[in-house]
Amino acid sequence: MNEMEDFNADMLDGLSPFYNDSHILWRNQLRRFLAQEIIPNIEEWESAGELPRSLHKTAAEFGLLGFGYPEEYGGTSKGIDPFHRLLTSMEMGRMGAGGIGASLMTHGIGLPPILAIGSEEMKQRIAPAVLAGDKIIALGITEPSGGSDVAAIKTRAVLDGDDYVVNGSKMFITSGMRADYLTCALRTGDSGSSGISLLLIEMDSPGVSRTRLEKMGWHSSDTAAIYFDDVRVPKGNLIGGENQGFAGVMHNFNGERLGMAAGCVGAAKACLEEAITWARQRETFGKRLADHQVIRHKISEMVRKIKATQSFLELCAWRVNQGETPAADLALLKVQATRTSEFCAREAAQILGGASFIRGNRVERIYREVRVNAIGGGSEEIMLDLAARQMGI
Amino acid sequence: MKILVPVKRVIDYNVKARVKADNTGIDLANVKMSMNPFDEIAVEEALQKKESGEAEEVIAVSIGPSQCQETLRTALAMGADRAILIEEDSDVEPLVVAKLLKAVVDEEQPGLVILGKQAIDDDSNQTGQMLAALLGWPQGTFASEVKLAGDKVEVTREVDGGLETVALNLPAIVTTDLRLNEPRYATLPNIMKAKKKPLDTKTVGDYGVDVTPRLTTLYVAEPAKREAGIIVESVEELVQKLKDEAGVI
Ligand SMILES: Cc1cc2nc3c(=O)[nH]c(=O)nc-3n(C[C@H](O)[C@H](O)[C@H](O)COP(=O)(O)OP(=O)(O)OC[C@H]3O[C@@H](n4cnc5c(N)ncnc54)[C@H](O)[C@@H]3O)c2cc1C
Repeated sequence: MNEMEDFNADMLDGLSPFYNDSHILWRNQLRRFLAQEIIPNIEEWESAGELPRSLHKTAAEFGLLGFGYPEEYGGTSKGIDPFHRLLTSMEMGRMGAGGIGASLMTHGIGLPPILAIGSEEMKQRIAPAVLAGDKIIALGITEPSGGSDVAAIKTRAVLDGDDYVVNGSKMFITSGMRADYLTCALRTGDSGSSGISLLLIEMDSPGVSRTRLEKMGWHSSDTAAIYFDDVRVPKGNLIGGENQGFAGVMHNFNGERLGMAAGCVGAAKACLEEAITWARQRETFGKRLADHQVIRHKISEMVRKIKATQSFLELCAWRVNQGETPAADLALLKVQATRTSEFCAREAAQILGGASFIRGNRVERIYREVRVNAIGGGSEEIMLDLAARQMGI
Repeated sequence: MKILVPVKRVIDYNVKARVKADNTGIDLANVKMSMNPFDEIAVEEALQKKESGEAEEVIAVSIGPSQCQETLRTALAMGADRAILIEEDSDVEPLVVAKLLKAVVDEEQPGLVILGKQAIDDDSNQTGQMLAALLGWPQGTFASEVKLAGDKVEVTREVDGGLETVALNLPAIVTTDLRLNEPRYATLPNIMKAKKKPLDTKTVGDYGVDVTPRLTTLYVAEPAKREAGIIVESVEELVQKLKDEAGVI
């Protein structure tokens, strides 16, 4: 390969039992979609602080929003397995703009509880509009008082006639500024996980207000604090039964973790690509950066961690495809992946030197995203604890 | 007018090919495979002609093992109307492919056949030319622009040092170069709908073509590793090295 060419991490993949032609077909079309419709706009959307609604339409037409969702609601699920999913998250992660995937795909956490335990009427009313890119749905679990301990949420919904009356607030809500709907966890009963319900809140209801939160990274994603002041929500918007919401919340987690892990592998590969491309072109002390042993070791360490993580990821995806739910391993996988992307972001930044500190490149963006991956969707501490519990320790 | 677009399933363009341990060929087991990039350009060009109303039907054809169905599905997902798979598990050489394609052309009577200028696996760059010869049709190879005008097609070709435009009488053969167009992405719904489009499966026997290889591969090896360059101190040293080591003067 030409020294001056950009390094492509695909070159590191060897033979694999996991991928067939349909996976590669999808990955190649997705790559082309991202290259044409998203990558040229990253800087613009990062500055704007949010994604244009038109992108949701474009992504819906391409099939990305409906990817994996039931056909009867406008999705595409036939013939799709965990490896198509894994490649989707990995390719999106590779753009090095995690906020785009997070915000464009917020329905990936907002919709599954509805599809899992919601009424048929609600599914018909909400899912097609979301999958068509006409409506944006977000998920509201975390509160100002905390996110890790989901069972401890405080925001209340009290039944009054045919409506629930909601008071309280939600914090750090992805797509929260633009959302039309919020799948919201609320306290309807006693303390603990058995007193929680899920309500679908229409965000134009009187008494809902929101504030934009400025963040370290994920600038393309609008993140909000949302306040409820005597918001009336029709009883019919209850998702599942009263006080049965916790199961709906839990429903998200395993799929989300696999997806986040794949996204982190993609981000780590992006860092590796930038680092190798740079190290082969840059000269210091009379030779290529890539010829200094310290730098070669950095690169090999990055590859080592990426390969270990990807192997674990693919094995987990294979097990999920067999119908297993390896909860402990998925929790450990998420930690493995977030640590790997954090490591690679650091090492790539070192290799790029000052250039890594200048706005507008993948390494710089990913470096500012490693925290949210390690905290959101189940923090590293919580994941490790969960795994230990699952293992009966 | 019908346009016929042959598409080949090749090792994915991002994969680093590995030579088999016994040096008899490239290891393809469990390797990511996808449509030859030049053929995607050919499909795109055919679709554009259909969308502009200059063609009525786009037919994709592939020759190879049953997995080529997936390659044909890509063409169908992009927008081709139907597909033909000529199933053959052995390696087919350009001449065999050209003969099979001629048989398909005889049957389908397309006004234009658009092929990739070469496949990125063996880089033969022969099939389009051989097909033109077998059919006795004019050919416009390495196209960077293809314009239909009545019963003619104008093909702008990328040649050394510039562009050459040739006018060919239809029916004709065109082979695509990289700059002809940017292929569209197939949407997921279209990828799924493609599964319902007609795909005929044939065998080489149906066309009475002899697939016996005429070429023998003696040895396949990795390209030689490029050695690091050196800086010479003087013109004399350069001349001496060119003479003694490189043996070029
Ligand atoms: C950009 C961004 C987007 C987000 N999007 C959403 C969204 O769309 N919807 C949503 O509901 N939430 C969202 N979140 C919130 C996210 O899920 C929470 O931040 C996360 O669950 C952690 O909750 P917390 O921040 O309240 O931290 P806390 O729960 O207060 O925890 C603080 C720290 O203590 C650690 N800790 C907590 N408990 C323990 C323990 N038992 N043992 C050891 N350590 C512990 C945690 O790991 C963490 O490091 C988002 C967050 C960010 C940053």
